Parts: sequence; structure tokens; C-alpha cells
Amino acid sequence: MPQNAVYLMSTAAAAAPALLSGKSLELWRGERRLFTGVSFELRPGELLHIVGPNGCGKTSLLRVICGLTLPETGDVYWRSRKLQRNRADFHASTCYLGHRESLKADLTAEENLVFQLGLRAWLSAADIHAALEKVGLTKQRDVPARSLSAGQKRRVALARALASGAKLWVLDEPYTNLDIAGRELVDRMMSEHLERDGLVLLVAHQAHGVAAGVTRRLELG
Amino acid sequence: MTEWPGLGTAFWLQLSRDLRLAFRHIGQAANPLMFFVMVTTLFPLALSPAPELLAAIAPGVIWVSALLASLLAAESLFRQDIEDGTMEQLALSPQPLSLLLLAKTTSHWLMTGLPLVLMAPIVGHALFLPADAVPVTMLALLLATPVLSLAGAVMAALTVGLRRGGGLLSLLILPVVMPVLIFGARATDMAVQGLEVAGVMYLLAAVLLLAVSLAPAGMAAAMRISLD
Repeated sequence: MPQNAVYLMSTAAAAAPALLSGKSLELWRGERRLFTGVSFELRPGELLHIVGPNGCGKTSLLRVICGLTLPETGDVYWRSRKLQRNRADFHASTCYLGHRESLKADLTAEENLVFQLGLRAWLSAADIHAALEKVGLTKQRDVPARSLSAGQKRRVALARALASGAKLWVLDEPYTNLDIAGRELVDRMMSEHLERDGLVLLVAHQAHGVAAGVTRRLELG
Repeated sequence: MTEWPGLGTAFWLQLSRDLRLAFRHIGQAANPLMFFVMVTTLFPLALSPAPELLAAIAPGVIWVSALLASLLAAESLFRQDIEDGTMEQLALSPQPLSLLLLAKTTSHWLMTGLPLVLMAPIVGHALFLPADAVPVTMLALLLATPVLSLAGAVMAALTVGLRRGGGLLSLLILPVVMPVLIFGARATDMAVQGLEVAGVMYLLAAVLLLAVSLAPAGMAAAMRISLD
């Protein structure tokens, strides 16, 4: 089913140059065209909310933007340079939270974060403790990930985004498995991140609680 | 520009994480070693315990078992990381994927390849391998097992995206590692006969250098295809 993306823009200021942009992205999966003509721009302090029915290619679009999947046509630009030429800098500035939490069941929450974040930033134990405290997992710090509940695992992943210091957060259904307090935590985290001139790419079926004005919407399908 | 930790730090971090995980599942990590010991010790039971016969087949038995043990190990090399999403995170880190996968392969070799080298004297003794040939066999295994791990890693990266890549994996690895089997078994055989083995050793070392320099790039490229 060929689909054209509809791009809606709110009243965000268009003064600053776009940090992240995609130009006429098209992706095929086998014989099926997932999306075509998807373009977007994201400036510091902006959130792009990608919505659409199941199977319309939201996660695939995130993977294209992150450089995990190559699009059929179109390019993604980071700091006005093509992603492929700018990979290390882009990946150092990006934190991707996928469907899966990428946790090792045999390592504790803290160990998981130490090993994941150690590849991208110099962090002290205190930084990681602070992030875990912020997501409400101080007591579960030394618990192996296999003993954590689904919502707690999701919170560990959120702590990774907090401690990563990344400019761009790519969040794929961050609300999954979270209780009400957890969902409010996600909204608060995103708002604070945007205030610090961060960027957020959000895929979520439900409405987010971030104040309008800095948010854009991209409808797929 | 953002600064991120250097290559050495990243390599060490990845290596220590994988070793820690392996030690928490020591039974699983010891599987290839168990296989190696079982196969080699079954031969005297199944054939005949005659020392002349066993000494004659010892080089072949040791090397074929080592090769099959490393084949067995290659399957599980990246599977877990793909399933829990860790591999995506590695591909999205600012570090070169080839370096991280090389670190993973190094840890894998330390857990599955190195034990084979250390176990060789005992297995050799059980097969009446002459004592003079044992150091040569160990050195040859020390040069050959990393090649087996590296070749296995490239092919595992290529097939990890497939549902049932196990059989395909063996088919892909076997032709690549055949020279290692031939030279390795030859080295042991020549040592048994008291011949000069330096030439064979140099060849094995050359193959190892080639594998170390080429395999990481191959692994990374194959892994990016598997992740696509």
C-alpha cells in the first residue's frame, strides 16, 4: 500500500538551523513500500512525534534515521552533513531506546549502564547513581536485570538516556510497561531535555505530555 | 565536537563485560572444551587402546576435534546480543563496530579457544602422542585457534540474522578454516616424526596475522547487513 507522509508543523520558531533532517526518505521491505517522501527537520529544543497505525513503518523510520537501516532513496543529515560521513559524531550525540531494553539479564542495573555508557562517555559511578535515582531505582541498583520487572527494565533504559548526555534522544514507545508515575517521568524527562536545547524523536501511540510549541508531528500511513 | 573514550578503553570495556558474562555462565562457556575432551577420549575406547595405533591417529584426532569444538562455539557468539538488542546499541555507539566485535571475539577465544590449547598435553597423553610433539602441538593450536574464532565470528555475523543459520554456518566456516586444519595437523605429524616444523609454524602465524587484520572489518560489514 503506497503511502504518503503528511507533515504537520506547529508554530515552532524556524530561526535556528536544523540539527537533524531527513529529505524524501523512502523505504521498502521486500515487496512492500513502507513509506515514501518522508521529510522532516528538527532544531535544538524540538520534539518530533511520529504517529501512525501499527506496521506503517514508525520503528523502521527511526532505524533509518539512526543509520541502522539504509533507505531506498533520500538522506539523513546531522549538523548539515550526511549521516554516513558523520557517523561517529552522530552516534556520540544520540541515545536510542528501542523496543528492547538491551539489558544483559546476568548483569545488575548498574553494571549494565556502566558497560553501555562507558563506550560513549566518561562517567563516574556518581553520575550513574544519580540517573538511577532519578528514575526511582536506587534500591534496585545491585539487582540482576533478570529479576527486574518489565517496567523497571524500561526505567533502567530511561536512566541510560539521562546519563548519556546525548543531544538527541530517539525513543521508541517509551511509555510501554510504565505505570502512571513512570509515564509522567518520561514527560518530565523530555520537557527538561528540550529546555536544555536537546532534541527528541518520539514514536508513541498515546499523546505525550510535553507543552506544545516545541513539538512537531509526523503522520505516517 | 563531543569527546568519547578512546579505542583502548572501549576494547577493554567490551572484553571485560563479555568475560564477566561468560564467567556467570561458566557451564555454557565450557561446552566446547567438554566436547573436545570427550571426542578425543572416546577414540581409544572405540578403536583399540593399542599405543601404536593411537599415536598414529593422534594428530588428526586432536585437530579435527579442536576444529569441531570451535565450530560448535561459533554459533552462540553473537546470538544473545542480537536477541536482547545489545548489538544495536554497539552499532550505534561512537566506537568502531569492528573494534567492539574484535573484543567480543577475543573474549570468546579466551573462553573457548585457549582452554583447548591448555588441555592439549592431557589429551595428547591419553592418545600416546610422543612427549616431544606436545609443545609443537600447543604452539600450533595457539596460532590456529584464534584463526578459527575469527573466521567463525565473520560467518556468525553473516548468518546471525537468519532464523536457523546453524547448518549454514558450518558450511561457510569449514572451507575457510581447511588450511588451518591441514597445516596444524601437519605440524603435529612432523613433530612426531622429528622433522623441522618452523616452516609450517610460520605459515600458521601468517594466516593468523591475515585473519586478525581482515576479519574485524569483515565482521563489522557483515553485522551491519544482519542488523539492516
